Amino acid sequence: MDIKVLKVGIVSCSGEALPEGTVSRVACRKVLDELRPGQTVTICLPLFIAGGKEEREFANKFPTVTVDGCEKMCAAKSTERLSGKPARSLMIRDILKKHDIAGLKQCRGLGPAEKIASDAVAEEVAKAVDEVLE
Amino acid sequence: MSGKKRKVVVLPCSGIGKTLGTVGREIAYELIEDLRPGVTTTTCLPLLMIEDPDAKKLVTDNPVITIDGCPFGCARKSAESIGVTVSKGYRAIDFCRVHKDLKPEGISELNEAGKKLVVLAAKEVAEEVDRLLAEEKS
Repeated sequence: MDIKVLKVGIVSCSGEALPEGTVSRVACRKVLDELRPGQTVTICLPLFIAGGKEEREFANKFPTVTVDGCEKMCAAKSTERLSGKPARSLMIRDILKKHDIAGLKQCRGLGPAEKIASDAVAEEVAKAVDEVLE
Repeated sequence: MSGKKRKVVVLPCSGIGKTLGTVGREIAYELIEDLRPGVTTTTCLPLLMIEDPDAKKLVTDNPVITIDGCPFGCARKSAESIGVTVSKGYRAIDFCRVHKDLKPEGISELNEAGKKLVVLAAKEVAEEVDRLLAEEKS
């Protein structure tokens, strides 16, 4: 029997110390609020890691898309360790390379480069959500 | 003694689900970039939980202030779970209670009231930074 997946959990890197962390947060919020509302829910990474029961249960039952800011892949690794392998695992630096976006500088707020980056990342996350829901 | 000057590490929760997660994150940046540059720093909170050696060393070797956005207290819990004694733990909601006229809204970007709240809260946290650094010297 095919079971239709209706919701996808988005696990975003919070990356306080790097611009990609801010880009990840903003891009994921855009997916949650504008691009795929109703089809996505956020899983708060710090809460998920610190033992959030609901977060872990959701990630156990529903597919997740993780979005990481750097090669250390905290979101993907934590999701896999605590709830299971993510359905899709995205890394912002790969997305930026693919879209030929460079020059991210600021952690606080979005400058022009960070805005372009967050829009591109949001589109890729939305695409990943669609693939998971197909 | 290494003689290396210590910094205060400010760890916000950065929760993506609530406005107060953003308030905590912005307070950290206000301190690090504007109010106490050079003597404060941060690291990515999730790095602590994947046992990243550099992040772990930073919070072990320096005083730590946490700023949490919700009652779960993830920033504080994350630091304590790896054996760090938090010098001071703040909750963003407490700043809202003091400044009732400033109601923060927005997650990707705070509204004007939220931005004003951040500046006022960061000034309070900066005093704690100064106190911790003075303790270091004495």
